[in-house]
Amino acid sequence: MSGCSKTCKLGFVKCAQTIFKLITGTLTKDKIEDELEMTMVCHRPEGLEQLEAQTNFTKRELQVLYRGFKNECPSGVVNEETFKQIYAQFFPHGDASMYAHYLFHAFDTTQTGSVKFEDFVTALSILLRGTVHEKLRWTFNLYDINKDGYINKEEMMDIVKAIYDMMGKYTYPVLKEDTPRQHVDVFFQKMDKNKDGIVTLDEFLESCQEDDNIMRSLQLFQNVM
Amino acid sequence: MLTFESSSRGSAFIPGSLICQQQAEVPDLESYSKERGSRNELQAGVRSLRLRAAAGPRAGVSMAAGVAAWLPFARAAAIGWMPVANCPMPLAPADKNKRQDELIVLNVSGRRFQTWRTTLERYPDTLLGSTEKEFFFNEDTKEYFFDRDPEVFRCVLNFYRTGKLHYPRYECISAYDDELAFYGILPEIIGDCCYEEYKDRKRENAERLMDDNDSENNQESMPSLSFRQTMWRAFENPHTSTLALVFYYVTGFFIAVSVITNVVETVPCGTVPGSKELPCGERYSVAFFCLDTACVMIFTVEYLLRLFAAPSRYRFIRSVMSIIDVVAIMPYYIGLVMTNNEDVSGAFVTLRVFRVFRIFKFSRHSQGLRILGYTLKSCASELGFLLFSLTMAIIIFATVMFYAEKGSSASKFTSIPASFWYTIVTMTTLGYGDMVPKTIAGKIFGSICSLSGVLVIALPVPVIVSNFSRIYHQNQRADKRRAQKKARLARIRVAKTGSSNAYLHSKRNGLLTEAMELMGTPEEGHVGKSTSLAESQHHHLLHCLEKTTNHEFIDEQMFEQNCMESSMQNYPSTRSPSLSSHPGLTTTCCSRRSKKTTHLPNSNLPATRLRSMQELSTIHIQGSEQPSLTTSRSSLNLKADDGLRPNCKTSQITTAIISIPTPPARTPEGESRPPPASPGPNTNIPAVASNVVKVSAL
Repeated sequence: MSGCSKTCKLGFVKCAQTIFKLITGTLTKDKIEDELEMTMVCHRPEGLEQLEAQTNFTKRELQVLYRGFKNECPSGVVNEETFKQIYAQFFPHGDASMYAHYLFHAFDTTQTGSVKFEDFVTALSILLRGTVHEKLRWTFNLYDINKDGYINKEEMMDIVKAIYDMMGKYTYPVLKEDTPRQHVDVFFQKMDKNKDGIVTLDEFLESCQEDDNIMRSLQLFQNVM
Repeated sequence: MLTFESSSRGSAFIPGSLICQQQAEVPDLESYSKERGSRNELQAGVRSLRLRAAAGPRAGVSMAAGVAAWLPFARAAAIGWMPVANCPMPLAPADKNKRQDELIVLNVSGRRFQTWRTTLERYPDTLLGSTEKEFFFNEDTKEYFFDRDPEVFRCVLNFYRTGKLHYPRYECISAYDDELAFYGILPEIIGDCCYEEYKDRKRENAERLMDDNDSENNQESMPSLSFRQTMWRAFENPHTSTLALVFYYVTGFFIAVSVITNVVETVPCGTVPGSKELPCGERYSVAFFCLDTACVMIFTVEYLLRLFAAPSRYRFIRSVMSIIDVVAIMPYYIGLVMTNNEDVSGAFVTLRVFRVFRIFKFSRHSQGLRILGYTLKSCASELGFLLFSLTMAIIIFATVMFYAEKGSSASKFTSIPASFWYTIVTMTTLGYGDMVPKTIAGKIFGSICSLSGVLVIALPVPVIVSNFSRIYHQNQRADKRRAQKKARLARIRVAKTGSSNAYLHSKRNGLLTEAMELMGTPEEGHVGKSTSLAESQHHHLLHCLEKTTNHEFIDEQMFEQNCMESSMQNYPSTRSPSLSSHPGLTTTCCSRRSKKTTHLPNSNLPATRLRSMQELSTIHIQGSEQPSLTTSRSSLNLKADDGLRPNCKTSQITTAIISIPTPPARTPEGESRPPPASPGPNTNIPAVASNVVKVSAL
């Protein structure tokens, strides 16, 4: 009973306040607070020498990379949306958003939701100038979506489906429903040595190093810069 | 599916394909010297054709500006596909002449601008991005000199830097358009921030030009208009000829006469001795009848003439003005037809009310009336809502008053509908006084009613007025924006398919190169020459994706065809194993690769190049004028179009390979039918194939 009277009193007070506001004309207030939310996050990278020491790029290459980076992301960080948009520019046929999502999470090592220039350049340094071992380890990290150290079939399915999504609808031969699944099965046949349904880092490294095609294609983008 | 216009940053990613979709005949300095050597004429012709063929999609193709800087990132990310892929990847294009990025100086009428060379090369289809700027290179000062306006050049250069083209407000619209045309930039890519302003100014300018043209034309004689067309023009625009003006004034006079007649008919005209006061219409009935007849005859003749002259009679009959005309003259004829008996005369009298509609015929003579009518029509929904809310208030108060006055004796508030009249009179502050509340409750509610009447009636009136103008302008702006948006989306979609088609086209060009090599003509890989390094790298990236997934990109038409064929063909026995979907993807991919089958767009039969000796290469040359492109150019002065044409000759070359494979069993369809010689893959370019010349090289 006391609780009921308390709520009644609260309701009455609120009603009286509303009527008062109505009479004095201050019922609707402009929401000024919302407008202040759009603060600019600005990030500056470390010095050029430090980055040169940390990565395998020369100063000139870092300059070119930074200029391109800053052009698209003047605030110095790239968030997932921008990342997806940029990546989608290169694949106009299909939908590159899922693969870009996984890529973003592979780039964003600290899981902060934004990729700074240092992260960007570190990852590029591994991918373009790293050793085979580093590249494969990075790729394993990409495939391991939940970062638990193992790749299971669902994660691989997601990745392969994302890759196939980038092809779009108009392909020859026509994309069938189970093509990704078949592809994943082939992959697991090759990679999963002990047939336990998951691929560990060592299995992955071993299987990839046995395959000449993969080894050769990893060297493909050596001279990209 | 990501769309291009999502965020504000997204608008920076304008694909370069929106630039200059013309294929300007910019002569390549280097190719001139090479072609002068003595070669087989066919080979030289083929090579030049292919040069220009490769130049074809280049116009529609290049990637977004700043995003090209992220190409290394995209290529690096492709490493993620490598372990998944089952086939080896194609080789990466090597950049032979890798220059260090250098600053170039652009001297525009004395003002020097400096920028990186790669900045300008982002848009290779413009003057500054292509080799065309070499024509402006000044050897003595080692800079590029342009004798143009430096103010506008600032905007142009900013476009290269940021990807957004802005329109400065202080600039004259035709000067700006001229500059854009000079630098080979389509004005459609002006950013959203400045686009509306640009379009408004352009429309005003176009109207001004049209007015100038019209006043010019009005002095000339129109030789080729038929009598019917002249009549229609005379009706619509009375100032075209004196006869039209006379007709206009005569009809106006008769409309006025008819309206005044109707009014005066009812005035009491003095008494005839011996009877009561008569209205003038009955006193001088013959005179009025004659006047009425004359007016109706004139109106009938006018209506019939208009009907005869109208270009589309059906549309004319449905138009509002014609309905008003018909309603204005019908009562007279119905009155003639009907006899004078008592039952129908009542209805006949009612019909005479419609004669007042003749006053609406004035709207042909008055622009203001027409605008008012249109405005009312466009604000009909607001008015309707207002009426609805008023009705609600009236019903509420009428109910309250009725129940409040129910008790009092001899109350005039006999029912709720009867109270409506009181409520309306009170709320509009008329207060006739024929119905007044007598009880205290009734008086209280009556006073509340009149107070709220002031609020309800008086307030919306200025709101309606301002609503009129606001909604009118808003509708216009919204429609404009919607139309522009649709057009822009369509253009962006075209650009998108353009860039995806570029890849397909370059694939076919690559195949063409190989096919030509097979036929023994030594080629020097000219195809790759016209595509920039970034583009070839982008295509290599897409090629890697194809290899990873074992599927190829094709365009929409081929996809539909394939779907139709696969549904038509159900011959499992004759299907060649290379094409059937079959569990071993690796074997499919690698076996296909070893057979070197190529899926050529025109032939639905994948043919083997190595096996078939009869290969007929047909090169279609389409010399099309493409008038649509000139309309998309920014030339406002329509007469100067002819001057523009020689500069931007559009010669579109599409190449098609048609192969007739010798062994029919190779085809999955089980029959070898000669594939149709259809024009090439550039189906998204609106080409009008005027002269189609077939050159076959066996």
